Amino acid sequence: MQMRYLKNVTTLALDISKCTGCGMCAEVCPHAVFRIEGRKAVIEDRDACMECGACARNCAPGALSVRAGVGCAAAVIAGKLRGTENPACGCSGTGCCENG
Amino acid sequence: MNDSIGPASCRGLSDTVPFQPAWITGSIRTHAGRIPVISTRLTRRDRLGAIRVCLGIGRMRYAVLPGLYAAGRPGPSSPVLVTANYKLTFDRLRVRLDGIDAWILVLDTQGINVWCAAGKGTFGTEELVRKIQDVGLDRVVGHRILVLPQLGAPGVAAHDVRRETGFRVEYGPVDAKDIPRYLADGCRVRPGMRRVRFPLKDRLALIPLELIQAFKFVPIFLIWVIALRFIRDHRISGEIIKDFIPYLTAFLGGSVLFQILLPWLPFRSFLLNGWLLGMAVIPAVSLAAGVERSFLPSLLLMLPPVTAYIAFNFTGATTYTSLSGVRKELARGLPALILSVVAGMVLQIVMIR
Ligand code: SF4
Ligand code: SF4
Repeated sequence: MQMRYLKNVTTLALDISKCTGCGMCAEVCPHAVFRIEGRKAVIEDRDACMECGACARNCAPGALSVRAGVGCAAAVIAGKLRGTENPACGCSGTGCCENG
Repeated sequence: MNDSIGPASCRGLSDTVPFQPAWITGSIRTHAGRIPVISTRLTRRDRLGAIRVCLGIGRMRYAVLPGLYAAGRPGPSSPVLVTANYKLTFDRLRVRLDGIDAWILVLDTQGINVWCAAGKGTFGTEELVRKIQDVGLDRVVGHRILVLPQLGAPGVAAHDVRRETGFRVEYGPVDAKDIPRYLADGCRVRPGMRRVRFPLKDRLALIPLELIQAFKFVPIFLIWVIALRFIRDHRISGEIIKDFIPYLTAFLGGSVLFQILLPWLPFRSFLLNGWLLGMAVIPAVSLAAGVERSFLPSLLLMLPPVTAYIAFNFTGATTYTSLSGVRKELARGLPALILSVVAGMVLQIVMIR
């Protein structure tokens, strides 16, 4: 069963003129957001994007941009309380079942 | 912790007997020196360590020494698998390498798993480049291919690694269990291996940590319940156990039930789903426990928002929530929830007086 988060919130943007169709974005995206069609990337499932930043980081020509961050309420709230805009991931990252 | 001791970092009291963790079974000679060979089986100690981390006991950095390791009897043409130095991540990979000859390049992610470390940038281009050079990887293998876990991609720019080291980054499957298949297929990722999922098994394993994180509400609830009972009866009685049931339900609803039911809850918003779950279970359990009907309205103003808040914190553990989404929920939902809690508290006090 596929779980989905809020619609129309992702900051993902594709500048199609810079895209070389290399396919890296489709390879690294953990939520199958992209499809490659006619040597260009197509954002097929925009609302599945979790803003991990993998695609933008691995797009050599710089066609992709996204405000990457962790979708973690505790981190966002802590960031708000401390008055920092970009919340740092407060998780220890040692949860036992987290993938990888 | 001894678990953080790797092949050559630490020596025992005697300088001549280097300490070795039990999962190192020997070493192999290469052009870049001796490389420790690891066991592909977990010992009881490995398993106990995993359980401790799961239960949040200690929450210590559970790390292995970064560097190059060998699985089986790898040679210059064997694949190089890159991973994080969080012990559980490392263990999850090595148990899949039974009967496989491969090199394992462990990056220093400060004992944090691949995904979180990639987000923080410690599993990143810079560290990868540094480790490739530190261990002299170009002298160990003849090829120039690295296999990285796909979830490391947010931290690593494959094109930069190639430019700086000559090594080509291939992103392998999301889940270590698919590694043997992937290698047997000649490093081809089958459909489905690229998707991150969040199955019940994973959600269940996170429940202990959710309980611990939300436990802060329990003493607050207890004080509140005892105080109300005291104002009402001018003494404390066994009634507080019954009084406490709705609160306990709110706590467990957000930290156990929500995690289990997540895929079947109707909304996309965690706050809405958590609130709805609270609205459903709190009255049912309360009435069954004999809580007076007249108290339900105030309890339903106060407690479902708490369930929602606890559930909302689960966004940090899920595999699909985005920063923008969390921000939106927070901005829209939190003020309403706080208002509801305050209204409920006031109503409770008014009712008992
Ligand atoms: S990674 Fe960049 S250049 Fe390559 S297909 Fe995707 S958007 Fe286009
Ligand atoms: S940010 Fe992550 S989830 Fe979103 S499209 Fe890029 S790779 Fe996919």
